[in-house]
Amino acid sequence: MAAGFTREQVAAIAALAHLELDAAELDLFARQLGDILTAAEEVQRVDTTGVPPTASVLTRHASDRPDEVRPCLDRDEALANAPDAALDAGLFKVPRVIG
Amino acid sequence: MTIATTIREIRDAVRARHRSAADVCREALDRIAALNPQLNAFNTVIADRAIARAEALDRDRDRWRDAPLLGVPVALKDNLCTRGVRTTASSHMLDTFVPPYSATVVEKLDAAGAVIVGKTNLDEFAMGSSTENSAFGPTRNPWALDRIPGGTSGGSAAAVAADLTPLALGSDTGGSIRQPGALCGVVGLKPTYGRVSRYGLIAHASSLDQIGPLARTAHDAALALSIIAGPDPADATSAPEPVPDYTAALTGDVRNARIGIPRRLLEQGVDPEVSRAIDAALDVLRSRGATLVDVELPHAKYAIPVYYLVATAEASSNLARYDGVRYGYRAPTPKDQGLTTKDQGLRTMYGKTRAQGFGPEVKRRIMLGTYVLSAGYYDAYYLKAQQVRTLILRDYDEAFSDVDAVDAIAMPTSPTPAFPIGERVSDPLQMYLADVFTVSANLVGLPAISVPCGFTAGRLPIGLQLTGRRFDEATLLRLADAYERDTEWSKQLPPIASR
Repeated sequence: MAAGFTREQVAAIAALAHLELDAAELDLFARQLGDILTAAEEVQRVDTTGVPPTASVLTRHASDRPDEVRPCLDRDEALANAPDAALDAGLFKVPRVIG
Repeated sequence: MTIATTIREIRDAVRARHRSAADVCREALDRIAALNPQLNAFNTVIADRAIARAEALDRDRDRWRDAPLLGVPVALKDNLCTRGVRTTASSHMLDTFVPPYSATVVEKLDAAGAVIVGKTNLDEFAMGSSTENSAFGPTRNPWALDRIPGGTSGGSAAAVAADLTPLALGSDTGGSIRQPGALCGVVGLKPTYGRVSRYGLIAHASSLDQIGPLARTAHDAALALSIIAGPDPADATSAPEPVPDYTAALTGDVRNARIGIPRRLLEQGVDPEVSRAIDAALDVLRSRGATLVDVELPHAKYAIPVYYLVATAEASSNLARYDGVRYGYRAPTPKDQGLTTKDQGLRTMYGKTRAQGFGPEVKRRIMLGTYVLSAGYYDAYYLKAQQVRTLILRDYDEAFSDVDAVDAIAMPTSPTPAFPIGERVSDPLQMYLADVFTVSANLVGLPAISVPCGFTAGRLPIGLQLTGRRFDEATLLRLADAYERDTEWSKQLPPIASR
């Protein structure tokens, strides 16, 4: 797979990422993603038998805290950056989804 | 060659009332106004706000007398949230975003008496190695305007190098503080993962990101770290370890220090001028009494591909939040498109918003990260990379804990000096190699510093990188400071900045 991607494969990944790509981008990424993953093949040849994965390098959990209600962002402030909001109702607005 | 002003000099002058904070601030703003058109180091300059803040400090100077950054102008990478001040991550996606809160590091700088003057340019969402991937155009290297300043904290590094501010904060996911520090000739420190709260840092790769200072000297970096470090209830990954006064570690005494050199790792791909400068720098430390020993990091050669599998996976997840709903750019969608499927309008909006809001490198990484996390490929790529990450971690653990353990590991920060703008933009793999010596420290979470150690024949800065034990930034700063005592590199300013 790492040898190269078809346009269709790139389009399928783009759909997972909610990213619209034009034809030129599909071709470019088909080539570049293939190149990058080919360069990563040496990683796949490393013997990792019995080696656990590292997702985080934290040596200990830092901070549990009481689950208490505390002040948070004011509703108007939370909505202030929205591209489209119903400020009176306290809602973010999106294109019609239902019906 | 002019000697630039340090944090300590400014702070002491304001504290002693030799200068007002407002005068210091106006001078910094004047220099920014004069040089930023050429450098493009700043995305946003908050002149009025900065002067008002400096005047407030001056009016109430008795209360602020002991503030460790009293009146010191500071620049912030534009991926650190600042309440009421536009924060863009150099992305069209966020070019009008005004955060309703400030990052913890910003609150700490404010409490320390600093004067924030503006937000600096970066590679979009901190993805890149050159600050060319910015929606606002590339930043230029103060030492050579046709070259890149490094990245992704290129604006912060250029601002300090050109003496616009004595301190800037950056963020480092794979070298983004150290590499621009090296290429611009300033000190750059990536603290231990967890040392500094990431609250309010726009996330790139959450297991790798860390905030740190860019400054002219190790002393200034130590002073800054003492202020921004520490646990934070708002970041569950911030570490509870107590924060020492890092400046107290700067004794000049490195006689007991053992410095490891991974010679085999450095055999290939290092520019000869860089190699010579690193060898000469290590000789300086040896002449001060440090012991140089060889170390093996057999898996460090896999760091770049491991990094690009892990970082892009995390980035694709983190950047899912940019959907045009709660903040940021939304692509215009006509109310009536004659769409038939129920959710087509929303999905179309997502796809177009992300297509128009993100630049090419961000899209490339989202694609790569989405792929390596997708069903059928997760084990082969992402899980495998995390396993090799464990092997790299064990290499470093061994070097730092063996019977003949070292206190620091020395490498070049960057294999080459600053390259010309445009040279690598069309070749992502070439660009990724700029980080070959820096990404390991992020993968293993260890602190690392870049300290200026010379110039090429063409007057391009070179940086020495020292990686240390977990939470032992003090040793790195002591070594860097001791090195500075015997050299003059950190006192040099680029011609563009000479006063």
